[in-house]
Amino acid sequence: MRLLLKGGKIIDPTRHLEITGDLLIVDGTIAGISDLGPSPEVDQIEDVTGKVVLPGLIDMHVHLREPGFEYKEDIESGCRAAVAGGFTTVAAMPNTNPVTDNRSVVEFVLRRAQEVNLARVLPIGALTKELKGEEMAEIGDMIEGGAVAFSDDAFPIENSSLMRRVMDYCVMFDVPVTLHCEDKSLSDDGLMNEGFTSTVLGLKGIPREAEEIAVARNIMLARLTGCRLHIAHVSTAGSVELIRQAKESGMKITCETCPQYFSLTEEAVIGYDTNAKVNPPLRTADDVQAIKEGLADGTIDVIATDHAPHAIHEKETEFAVAASGMVGLETAVGLVVTELVKPGVLTLSEAFCKMTASPARILGINGGTLQVGRPADVTVIDPSLQWTVNPECFHSKSKNTPFTGRVLTGKPVLTIIDGRVVAKGNEVVA
Amino acid sequence: MRLARKDILGLQEMTAEEIELIIHTAVSFKEILSRQIKKVPTLRGRSIVTLFYEPSTRTRTSFEVAAKILSADTSSISVATSSVQKGESLKDTILTLRAMKPDVFIIRHQAAGAPHFVAKLVPESVINAGDGMHEHPSQGLLDMLTIYEHKGRLSGLNVAIVGDILHSRVARSNIWGLTKMGAEVRLVGPKTLMPVEVSRLPVEVYTDLKEGLKGVDVVNVLRIQLERMKKGLFPSIREYSSLFGVTKESLKAAKDDVIVLHPGPMNRSVEIMPDVADSDISMVTAQVTNGVAIRMALLYLLIGGTEDAVTA
Repeated sequence: MRLLLKGGKIIDPTRHLEITGDLLIVDGTIAGISDLGPSPEVDQIEDVTGKVVLPGLIDMHVHLREPGFEYKEDIESGCRAAVAGGFTTVAAMPNTNPVTDNRSVVEFVLRRAQEVNLARVLPIGALTKELKGEEMAEIGDMIEGGAVAFSDDAFPIENSSLMRRVMDYCVMFDVPVTLHCEDKSLSDDGLMNEGFTSTVLGLKGIPREAEEIAVARNIMLARLTGCRLHIAHVSTAGSVELIRQAKESGMKITCETCPQYFSLTEEAVIGYDTNAKVNPPLRTADDVQAIKEGLADGTIDVIATDHAPHAIHEKETEFAVAASGMVGLETAVGLVVTELVKPGVLTLSEAFCKMTASPARILGINGGTLQVGRPADVTVIDPSLQWTVNPECFHSKSKNTPFTGRVLTGKPVLTIIDGRVVAKGNEVVA
Repeated sequence: MRLARKDILGLQEMTAEEIELIIHTAVSFKEILSRQIKKVPTLRGRSIVTLFYEPSTRTRTSFEVAAKILSADTSSISVATSSVQKGESLKDTILTLRAMKPDVFIIRHQAAGAPHFVAKLVPESVINAGDGMHEHPSQGLLDMLTIYEHKGRLSGLNVAIVGDILHSRVARSNIWGLTKMGAEVRLVGPKTLMPVEVSRLPVEVYTDLKEGLKGVDVVNVLRIQLERMKKGLFPSIREYSSLFGVTKESLKAAKDDVIVLHPGPMNRSVEIMPDVADSDISMVTAQVTNGVAIRMALLYLLIGGTEDAVTA
């Protein structure tokens, strides 16, 4: 099977490659990139003139909800959302039921993903049993089973001594440890960012320091242990600065932010919009600016979505009891182009490096590049396509987005995994 | 005359003209309260539901009395706080009640924004009877009516709100209402009970009671809740009382004709001393009567007819 993507702007951030030409895929493998010339003999041609051809996008922070919360999302619907959003690989957080804290659940997730046969799903194992922050989970066995990273997700390990031992243990396997940084005693059941808006709305605030204290502690423990710390969803200016300093000191830590943290401020909560309730909370314009600076100077390595589907009844409720989180797989490309590329914060190559090569490097996986001989995971985006966010068009089971009605520029138009077209336009075709 | 709005959710979004209309309507309604036959047919055949997710005696009774004087039918539902999360969702509760065809929902809820959620859900009017730490608009209005009755104006007055500003929806409604009407507002209380970025509100902030009361026309004393002490926001009732309890002595700093308000229920000898609470500068019972008049005005201005309600 020979597939030719013809006439696109081909960007491979790993090689600083940016040419207009053809990409040839033969039997699921990238076979060549050439300048525009006479087309070789192929079985299928996709004209991608005016489009951008990228390595398949990788989202290293999603919640697929299976097993246990299939009413919010399952591996099939989550993978459909992923490929429709341009993602060929997603790393799934372990806060399932049962928790992904042992090899059998890791293997279950992989088997379901194989059956679904859309996006590649990489399980993230729990650091501690049942995410309780008490006893270490069987990290080694889960790695054998296929887990690529470890995290206790939104249930941060409070006990610094246990955190240190868990980091130490993970060093042995050279796996990334993804940490949601939050001092829960300081966030203290807060509901949104602490500031003028929380004061006016009468909602209990979460100070930025609740994140920053935990970022600082975890950086220190990573320095102590040599752990490959990856800080999840950075939301504050202070966190960006702490990570910048740590990197300047030579530490090999990495971090991610999510589109909501460079696209929205706490003011999205005004009117008590539960779709704007997320943890960490949306912050202020100063923080958004600092996140953009962190993305631009390389302090922030990765853009992940923290795709967090919740059912309608979990959001159509009082703000205080509404579930935290928002779906993100199907709006990420549009938000990245609209909020980062169009205003000139990042070039296309820089922006999509943070969604391809960077997460591949951190996760230690074979992807995020268009090098000849690699599996042909390719995402084609139309960087100038204007569209309006309509959750009814999402493939995800859940519709909890604060971006409804927002006009975005940039959309994936073709998603290819192993040389097979899995999504075209908004249709999942595989 | 009606308000050009479906709901009363807070005073932040209300204009000075709307507040003035409500206060003037309440003033004219007060006459009905002094009649021997306290009933007018204004809202006959209209149905009002009060839904209280938090314990309350005065606010709920006040709304019910107001509705009954205007001849509306009332149903009251109280929901034990403990059942909120386990039991029926707020949405389902509202949709169930709505099927019984009420014209107004009056809601008190411990979660800020709950009345806003309901207001978006139903086409009927919603009145916020207190939502979490957000607003308590009818309380703010009745406080303003009480001040207006005694001072003849709101504009140019100096009003000190004393106590737990952080958790107080009464404080927030007073701040928005009073400043819109041209009064100056001071907040007085311990730093730990002040909301963050409070200085961005149109207020002056004091952590010293005597300083805060200097030259004020009105003192609105807030109730202090014992559980705040347990959360480590102040060390003891004794210390709170000695620093922020409003006494005859501390009121010497205020204007000679100062009046004192309290939304109730009072903790005597904690935030307010008995010699203040029981003196003739205390407006506590006048506030309760004005509460009925304000709530009559709100119901009338939301769902009343066009005829002159007072003489009807």
